[in-house]
Amino acid sequence: MDITVATPREVIQQIPDGATVMIGGFGGSGAPIELVHALIDHGAKHLTVVNNNAGNGHVGLAALIEQGQVDKLICSFPRSADPTVFVEAYKANKIALEIVPQGTLAERIRCGGAGIPAFYTPTAYGTEVAEGKPVEEFEGRPYIRERWLKADYALIKGDVGDRHGNMTYRMAARNFNPIMATAAKVTIAQVSRVVDAGGIDPEHVVTPGIFVNHLVEIANPAQEEELNRAEAVYP
Amino acid sequence: MIDISDIKLSNAQIAWRAAQDIQDGAYVNLGIGFPEMVASYQPEGREVIFHTENGVLGFGAAPAPGEEDWDLINAGKKAITQKPGTSFFHHADSFAMVRGGHLDVAILGAYQIAQNGDLANWSTGKGGIPAVGGAMDLVQSAKRVAVVTDHITKKGDPKLVESCTMPLTGVGCVTRIYSSLAVVDIANNRFVLREKIPAISLDDLQALTGAELYTNEGVDDLICPEDLL
Repeated sequence: MDITVATPREVIQQIPDGATVMIGGFGGSGAPIELVHALIDHGAKHLTVVNNNAGNGHVGLAALIEQGQVDKLICSFPRSADPTVFVEAYKANKIALEIVPQGTLAERIRCGGAGIPAFYTPTAYGTEVAEGKPVEEFEGRPYIRERWLKADYALIKGDVGDRHGNMTYRMAARNFNPIMATAAKVTIAQVSRVVDAGGIDPEHVVTPGIFVNHLVEIANPAQEEELNRAEAVYP
Repeated sequence: MIDISDIKLSNAQIAWRAAQDIQDGAYVNLGIGFPEMVASYQPEGREVIFHTENGVLGFGAAPAPGEEDWDLINAGKKAITQKPGTSFFHHADSFAMVRGGHLDVAILGAYQIAQNGDLANWSTGKGGIPAVGGAMDLVQSAKRVAVVTDHITKKGDPKLVESCTMPLTGVGCVTRIYSSLAVVDIANNRFVLREKIPAISLDDLQALTGAELYTNEGVDDLICPEDLL
């Protein structure tokens, strides 16, 4: 078994128009910039994107929105140091926004990957985010029902991966990546280093290979923060 | 109405006061911005473990400029550092810590706090783009939810109100307010004044507060170090 591929392009090009795509990362930390840029090059349109944020500057997710490829964004916090691209698209009614509290977003994704269609959470009870959602009391406290969230594709970023797709992450760049890997029909991962099976101590594996379909090595991946400090624009 | 600009506490002083109530060994989440200042004023001899919802427990201070590692940031997207005892985890685990009631304290900012503990701090409700982040999770599930805030808005309107007019972040969740003039608890759907700065009279403080302040349990002076600006 060897799920590694040489370039992002050869696997990203299978993503069709209209797909739902989860993109890992929290701000720039753990954002799979090279995979997102390959998606821009590929040009799939009318995408629904799931990410914690809404892009920053003119690279990565912001660039994908700037290219007009995203019809809808599901996120918790569409603000950043430079949210211009999203703000302009939103005000021009070019992009729909579904705001989800961050923990609810994470749990919806986790449930999507774990085969749990709905769950109850105390988060957002009594707020406008809960409007229209079923409420039930457990042990005297009200909870709202939320549904799982699944995707056609997940684009994620790790640190080390082996040819089976077992992966590790680097510090806070872990964030949404491991749960998104579980919640998509097809998970495409970029890692800084690909090793042979056995190259990762099994005790250190965070994402077991069963959740990963394609793995590509991007040595020295770009950091969104550094690209933005250099005022980079993609493409 | 009295001008409080010369007598009110600085944000650093409010953060200092909030820090005094955090016990040794507590797990604490601080909101982005002003609440983050609370971390700077931990009393000596107490070890507090800070949680940042993007997936780090027990992180260290900001690195020196030029030494940032952008894989290691906090919920405000600012660079942090690791130190002995730091742990990393994914988002579902991070919010299991929050929702599961494992966090001892969450300290947030506020637009409005109602006398029943309702909090509004995520949207002014005047249009614009809504952004909630982890606030709704934190306020509903941390064991203790406190607010650090100016006592009144820039326009002079009370932030402590009978009921919130702005969109709610959570219902009945706040139990203590550290304001620029006072420390106020919320108990049995009312504001209970615990401490006030000596420079303001009870009547003036009441005039700047949008609901009745109960004082029958005794009010202490709120004294903070002078050199915190």
